[in-house]
Amino acid sequence: MSQYQFYSLAGMVLFALGLHALVILPHILRKILSINIMAGGVFLFLISIAARNFEDFPDPVPQAMLLTGVVVALSATAFAVALARRIYTVTGRSELDEEDRVP
Amino acid sequence: MSETLMPLAILLPFVGSLICFVSRHRVSVFTGCVTALLTAGTIGWLTYDVAIHGVQVYALGGWSAPLGIHLRVDGLALFMMIMSAIVGVAVTFYAVSYFGEHDAQEEKRGAELFWPIWMFLWASMNALYLSGDIFNIYVILEILGLAAVGLVALTGRRAVLVAGMRYLLAAMAGSLIYLLGVVLLYAAHGTVDIVLLGQAIEPGATAMAAMTVMTAGLLLKTAMFPLHFWLPPAHASATAPVSAILSALVVKASFYLILRLWFDVFHATITLEAGYVMGALGTGAILWGSIQALRQARVKMMIAYSTVAQLGYLFFVFPVSADHDAANAATWISIAGQGSLYQALAHALAKTSIFLSAGVLLHAAGSDHIDHMRGLAQRLPVTVFAMALAGVSLMGLPPSGGFVAKWMTVQAVLAAGQWWWAPVIIGGGLLAAGYIFRILRPAFSPADVQEALHPVPRSLELCALGMAILSIVIGLRATDLLDVLLIGAPFAIQAGGAL
Repeated sequence: MSQYQFYSLAGMVLFALGLHALVILPHILRKILSINIMAGGVFLFLISIAARNFEDFPDPVPQAMLLTGVVVALSATAFAVALARRIYTVTGRSELDEEDRVP
Repeated sequence: MSETLMPLAILLPFVGSLICFVSRHRVSVFTGCVTALLTAGTIGWLTYDVAIHGVQVYALGGWSAPLGIHLRVDGLALFMMIMSAIVGVAVTFYAVSYFGEHDAQEEKRGAELFWPIWMFLWASMNALYLSGDIFNIYVILEILGLAAVGLVALTGRRAVLVAGMRYLLAAMAGSLIYLLGVVLLYAAHGTVDIVLLGQAIEPGATAMAAMTVMTAGLLLKTAMFPLHFWLPPAHASATAPVSAILSALVVKASFYLILRLWFDVFHATITLEAGYVMGALGTGAILWGSIQALRQARVKMMIAYSTVAQLGYLFFVFPVSADHDAANAATWISIAGQGSLYQALAHALAKTSIFLSAGVLLHAAGSDHIDHMRGLAQRLPVTVFAMALAGVSLMGLPPSGGFVAKWMTVQAVLAAGQWWWAPVIIGGGLLAAGYIFRILRPAFSPADVQEALHPVPRSLELCALGMAILSIVIGLRATDLLDVLLIGAPFAIQAGGAL
């Protein structure tokens, strides 16, 4: 197994872990963290494929994509955290569960 | 001039959004209306241009693919943009009176933020339809998701915050799952341009994996059964103009993307089994969504479940198109595609009308409980009439747009020899009749007590009525719109990614 394949595989594992945590954990902050772990997994995969066919220098396009992706993930996380704070201020709770249906 | 119309359709609402964001409320209402009209005008001009000259490509900054980013417009993209423009203009004018009416402090803050976020949402939808690059689309999907959640959470009430959070988590997860597919495709083919990918793709494990994850991520964002859990609370708790935008337009943006990917990128990869899975999901959506709609006690919740059900009809194009090796397949695939897109349009107009009507109801009676609708036909005749007309289209009765769409879909599945979808499509219409009459029956029965109704501005009722009439009228002028849709042959599957 070459080095980039190892990193790709690690990225996939992170992604799967994040997805699993997103589904099972009820706490909002943990859900946001899980999404960030998923994002980290995809980004690791993305950056690892930059080395796939290039012997001397890595492919620059995945790096450009990665930078864009990080910015997007950061802004989405900022929004999610702001929303989570507001939910805590208004309802006093920070978990999502089945009772939170529309009245 | 004509080649700059594409970036203009994105930049206009985007600039409008920035102006709305920095200016005072009065100015932003005015800017919002002007921007909406200008954007609709641009899309109208683009339609005229594309109808004459055919498919257009615009290389951003003069850089061409694979290095640069392309904007590309064909009939399919144009059809979606026209749909957004019609609904967008109606909702914009509805919102002027709707937010103008509320005095409460929290509503006021919501009203100020509605304009910039809505313009931003519109810009991102146009960008999504025009984009010819799957990574660019990922970024736009995130922007679209953030704007949509922002609109849901507008009023900052308890219910919308929680519903918005669910929506945000689903949208973010959906985009990341989609991105995983983008990475797989880039690793295999070294490009993210849709047309180039369509030429380079080979059937195999990588393509299959990419197709599966991208479709799954987008199904989550489309709120396709069984991934629809986030939709009903978000769409039902948002304010009326927002519910209309989300139900009519936003969920269809990711549906459009699935369609685009299946036809232009994965045409060599799709198997009959994959198509059947999509058809089964559509069936599940129609049955489950309709049954849930029949059980709801509140009008808006019922309409939201109706959206889950109506989205199911869009998905029969996939099983039909998966059978693309048979003789005459091109004909029925084209009919299925047209039926699916016509359903998207008919549903967009009818659902806008019915959500805007529900907003009138909430405003007038202070509640959207179905029990509180008794006797409303006499007191709000225009609104109840709009709901009934839109209901006709949702049920799929002739001569409405919904009828044309379902008729074409049934024709296509029968021609493709997949007759088992037909009873679902027809039965879905009966179920729709069931839930529509649940609203209409109390509305037309005499009320015991006449509670005072809050006066409603006439313009609110007229916007809802206009959309309802349009949802019927498009059934009469179907061929004109379908001609636009077929520019550039978006449903030609054997052509190898219609260039």
